[in-house]
Amino acid sequence: MGILIDGDTKVLCQGLTGATATRLSERAIAYGTKMVGGVVPGKGGQSHLHLPVFDTVAEAAQETQPDASAIFVPPASAGAAMIEAIEAEIPLAICVTERVPVLDMVRVKSALEGSNTRLIGPNSQGVITPDVCKIGVMPERPHTPGRIGIVSRSATLNYEAVDQTTVLHLGQSTSVGIGGDPVYGMSFIDCLELFFADDATEGIILIGEIGGTAEEEAAAFLKTASSKKPVVAYVAGINAPTDRRMGHAGTVDVFGEGNVTAKIEALEAAGAIIAPNAAEMGTTMRKALGGR
Amino acid sequence: MNLHEYQAKELLKTYGMPVPAGIAAATPDEADKAAATLGGTAWVVKAQVHAGGRGRAGGVKIVKSSKAAGEAAQGMLGTRLVTAQTGALGKQVKRVYVEQACEVAKEIYLAALVDRSLGRVAFLASSEGGEDFEEAAAAAPDKIHKLVIDSKTGLDDADALALAADLGLSGEQAIAVAKAMASVYKAFLENDASLIEINPLAVTAEGDLFALDVKMIVDDNAVFRHPEFEKLWDEAEVSAEEIEARRHELNYVPMDGNIGVMVTGAGLALAILDMLKDLGGDAADFMDVRPVATREQVAAGITMLLADANVKAILVVTMGGGVLRCDTIAEGIAIACKEAGSHVPVIVRAAGTAKELAELALNNQDIQVTFADTLADAAEKAVTAAGSAAGGS
Repeated sequence: MGILIDGDTKVLCQGLTGATATRLSERAIAYGTKMVGGVVPGKGGQSHLHLPVFDTVAEAAQETQPDASAIFVPPASAGAAMIEAIEAEIPLAICVTERVPVLDMVRVKSALEGSNTRLIGPNSQGVITPDVCKIGVMPERPHTPGRIGIVSRSATLNYEAVDQTTVLHLGQSTSVGIGGDPVYGMSFIDCLELFFADDATEGIILIGEIGGTAEEEAAAFLKTASSKKPVVAYVAGINAPTDRRMGHAGTVDVFGEGNVTAKIEALEAAGAIIAPNAAEMGTTMRKALGGR
Repeated sequence: MNLHEYQAKELLKTYGMPVPAGIAAATPDEADKAAATLGGTAWVVKAQVHAGGRGRAGGVKIVKSSKAAGEAAQGMLGTRLVTAQTGALGKQVKRVYVEQACEVAKEIYLAALVDRSLGRVAFLASSEGGEDFEEAAAAAPDKIHKLVIDSKTGLDDADALALAADLGLSGEQAIAVAKAMASVYKAFLENDASLIEINPLAVTAEGDLFALDVKMIVDDNAVFRHPEFEKLWDEAEVSAEEIEARRHELNYVPMDGNIGVMVTGAGLALAILDMLKDLGGDAADFMDVRPVATREQVAAGITMLLADANVKAILVVTMGGGVLRCDTIAEGIAIACKEAGSHVPVIVRAAGTAKELAELALNNQDIQVTFADTLADAAEKAVTAAGSAAGGS
């Protein structure tokens, strides 16, 4: 099972003919992802990787009925690409683009309100259900099918959690990167709700970081949630300053808010099990599952 | 990217925001002349650095003659101003801003920013602005009024007037505040700001409104569509290392420790900093290599770490993904270490895409490399290496 995507998910790629999009789409196809087409303005009618290319998402949607769109479009046009996917009512849009201007995301959020689209990212590595479907830039190798749902603001910490759960034979149901930007689509809460409802997921690893209040909001949700599935949380950056941008745009806070201690306290008070460091996310989960 | 006060004021003025007449000066003589040109009987001389808390740190002086303006500038220019927000090193004062002084009857706080949770632009306002705003706001958060803007409809006049009324203003002053908000909102959108903070927005004894201090931050991710900001970028505000890192597209923040750190991925880098601290070590920096980095950019980053005399060991952690490959990182390390003549131990934890190639690339070189299998192992080895190097020197 897993969440958001499965073996039947038909995937479109916005920006398909770009070098990175081409390479990653080839790998996605090899992995088993059902790619159905691409959108590149001005290249409609062409074929790329044996897939039909369209000028607009609307045309592609009509011709190929995609369930998801992978957005590999440069920062200057990524906002417009997300809005195009939303207006074409693509059920799931996944934007991997880094460095999207935040005011473009304010416009995207406005377009999302009341729409039929779920947005993941931007600045997300994507979503993967091991051995079934991958949309994004994550490496395939450490992933194995299994029982743990992973949701993270950071791609590389997400891969660490994947690696650790694979080594411990827990595996992953689905792994989701919600992205490291200040304004973005699906939140921790949206993913927790889906993981709680997913039969294949027995435990969830939530990976946060300094900046913003997404972890506190997740904690408030966990307090009221009735699910008995263990949630292991790790929040990075307890020793970092909040007034500097630590790589991700979402780590800096204009008022120096978003410190990690408050996030950890909120999550712990809501019943999450805190992993002491990034190397022990997997072992903490195994313990939480009773050593199973 | 932060703008200086005088840059932000000049920009906001073009949007109709009332600001006191002012001139930026780089020498005491220029400051003297600026006051004379502006006219009046009293002026404020303000150090132009990217930090709050200047008033209490001696970076703001009220003077009653143009000669005194020059003297005040003399006292500030070339010094390092240390405020509550600058850290112990302070910020070098390269410019002062000379403004006509005005008599303030009331100080308002007004800020526009992106509310991250809502994904919308919002105004924050308080009738109790001024130097003590932050403490006052922390003590009584209910005195801060918030207006969230729907980007589809924009700033509504009636909402702006209602916010002014919440601040205890009425009549012409309320209208003036609503107008100021419209100016700020337009400037915010058109310049891709992430913060425009006016504190105080002063009501003068005559009842006029003036933005007395402005802090403005523009979105680094949007600077590409504002070439005009290129010339506002002040290299004096950041260290030479930060400029170098920026040139090589490395996300770099200097820190105080002795372990040079390079990590592929910001979240993982933060996690490494935390692990080093738990083991009694301290990072000399935060350095995040982006997935699209080239080996030359990686080499430039390692060269920077090797050039730092505080660095006793270097820890490189890579998690190769779908875009970044471990061998790219390894080649960069090899280039930099050979160039500098490796003199500090380098600990490498390579995992993910092309990890074997990374080991191959480093093993065949004449450099001090130790491999680690896990994050914990890598952090321990780095702390040990830095500790023994520091103890031995």
